[in-house]
Amino acid sequence: MIATAMAGAVRLLTGPGVEWRCAPCSGAQRIYFANHASHLDFVVIWSALPPSIRRLVRPVADRHYWEHNALRRELARHVFNAVLVDRGCASSASPREAARAATARICAGMGDRHSLILFPEGTRSLTGEVSAFKSGLYFLAQCRPEVELVPVHLWNLQRILPKGEWLPLPMLSRVVFGEPLAVRRGEEKGAFLERARAAVTELGDAA
Amino acid sequence: MNLQADRSLLMLLGTLFVLLVVASIAGWALGRALTSDSARATMKNVNARIRAWWVMAAVFGATLAGGATWSILLFGLVSFLALREFVTMVPTRRGDHRPLAWAFFVVLPVQYALVWAGWYGLFSILIPVYVSILLALWAAIGGDTQRFLERAAMTQWGLTICVYFVSCVPALLMLRIPGFEGQNARLLFFLVFVVQLSDVLQYVWGKSIGRRPLAPSISPNKTWEGLIGGLVCATAAGTALWWATPFTPLQAAALACTIGVMGFAGGLIMSAIKRDRGVKDYGTLIPGHGGMLDRIDSLCFAAPVFFHLTRYFYAT
Repeated sequence: MIATAMAGAVRLLTGPGVEWRCAPCSGAQRIYFANHASHLDFVVIWSALPPSIRRLVRPVADRHYWEHNALRRELARHVFNAVLVDRGCASSASPREAARAATARICAGMGDRHSLILFPEGTRSLTGEVSAFKSGLYFLAQCRPEVELVPVHLWNLQRILPKGEWLPLPMLSRVVFGEPLAVRRGEEKGAFLERARAAVTELGDAA
Repeated sequence: MNLQADRSLLMLLGTLFVLLVVASIAGWALGRALTSDSARATMKNVNARIRAWWVMAAVFGATLAGGATWSILLFGLVSFLALREFVTMVPTRRGDHRPLAWAFFVVLPVQYALVWAGWYGLFSILIPVYVSILLALWAAIGGDTQRFLERAAMTQWGLTICVYFVSCVPALLMLRIPGFEGQNARLLFFLVFVVQLSDVLQYVWGKSIGRRPLAPSISPNKTWEGLIGGLVCATAAGTALWWATPFTPLQAAALACTIGVMGFAGGLIMSAIKRDRGVKDYGTLIPGHGGMLDRIDSLCFAAPVFFHLTRYFYAT
């Protein structure tokens, strides 16, 4: 209920125009991956989804940030039902080990009915440019090949609540959901990630 | 405002109702009679606009009947929606974030609170003097000098057009006109009705007999025929409403004509801004019309002039 109220508040604040270039519900589990510019991003995507499937959609978020204090922990666990992962090399394990552990965690978090919201850039962009994607999306796609990978473009969020500001400006935003993509047979990791990044960027160009 | 006590306002709202019924029937009949695809598309847009007019007229009528506080809240909301569209469209930078947050969350509410309190002195200088200085200063302290002049102008003009000018509409309620006490809601109706009717009639005349484009580089739809036809008809309609105002018929005609000309100027200026930014509409809020700013562009520029003329000549 708190989550619905927050989604409503964010919709009022950012008045998002929502555009679907694929079916809003396909029945399949999905990973919505988007460009990242603001703390509001996942709530904006979440509020743009049909209410019937919102409950089954979990954002993937940085454990370090969301377990920082009791309020954030409560929000992450019980309101947004987030999948919390360690970002970067927080643990002593090698980056490869850490990435593997994070992928396993996210896969487990999906179970057999949840969808995910993921920001493959790993961090918020300052300019609105979409930077290179981290590998997680590729590993997840390999670990769960039946899951639909839906590119999402968020427009204007870096101006509504830029990194470092705490008060959002009530400007208009836009969410575009694109056609799902999948890893092609024999496609290299780098090529796939670049194609996924291009899919997100192009949705923004066409808007 | 007690509706029973103000039968004139009731009659004005009734006139608006009848006009919309006539427009709806005419739109429906024309939509059926026309055969060419382009004409049908035009009528489809016109009918969408008429349906949106019903909603806008209902909201406007209800707040007018509801009293001053509701009118002030309504135009405060209109300002908010307009400013949001304006700021979304103009290329502000990171350094403008906090000045803009103040514009939305402090300046806008304070301006309407001043209207509510009837504090004319501060109402008329808050944005042009104090806010223009403070927000520019804040942006300067922010240290980002890239395109500084342009950005300061965007913030200031956004506030002037969307908040200061729009707040002049409910500010009509604070004028004290001898012999017209408690009836100012009708002035508000007069302004909004004439300016929007002038818009509609300029469109209708332009679509039907428009030949000579007025400013083709800004708006291909604006023609001399549309402007003159719309102005003459809107002036006639304004004159016909003189009985509900403190004006004589001649004065009502002069004011209605001024409102029409200012409205035209507003439409042209706001179109020029859109061309500059490369957009067709400010938003998609009102079906068939575009955004809030697309609908109120003419009102923005007619309101302050009508307010100050009325104040100068009639108020004490």
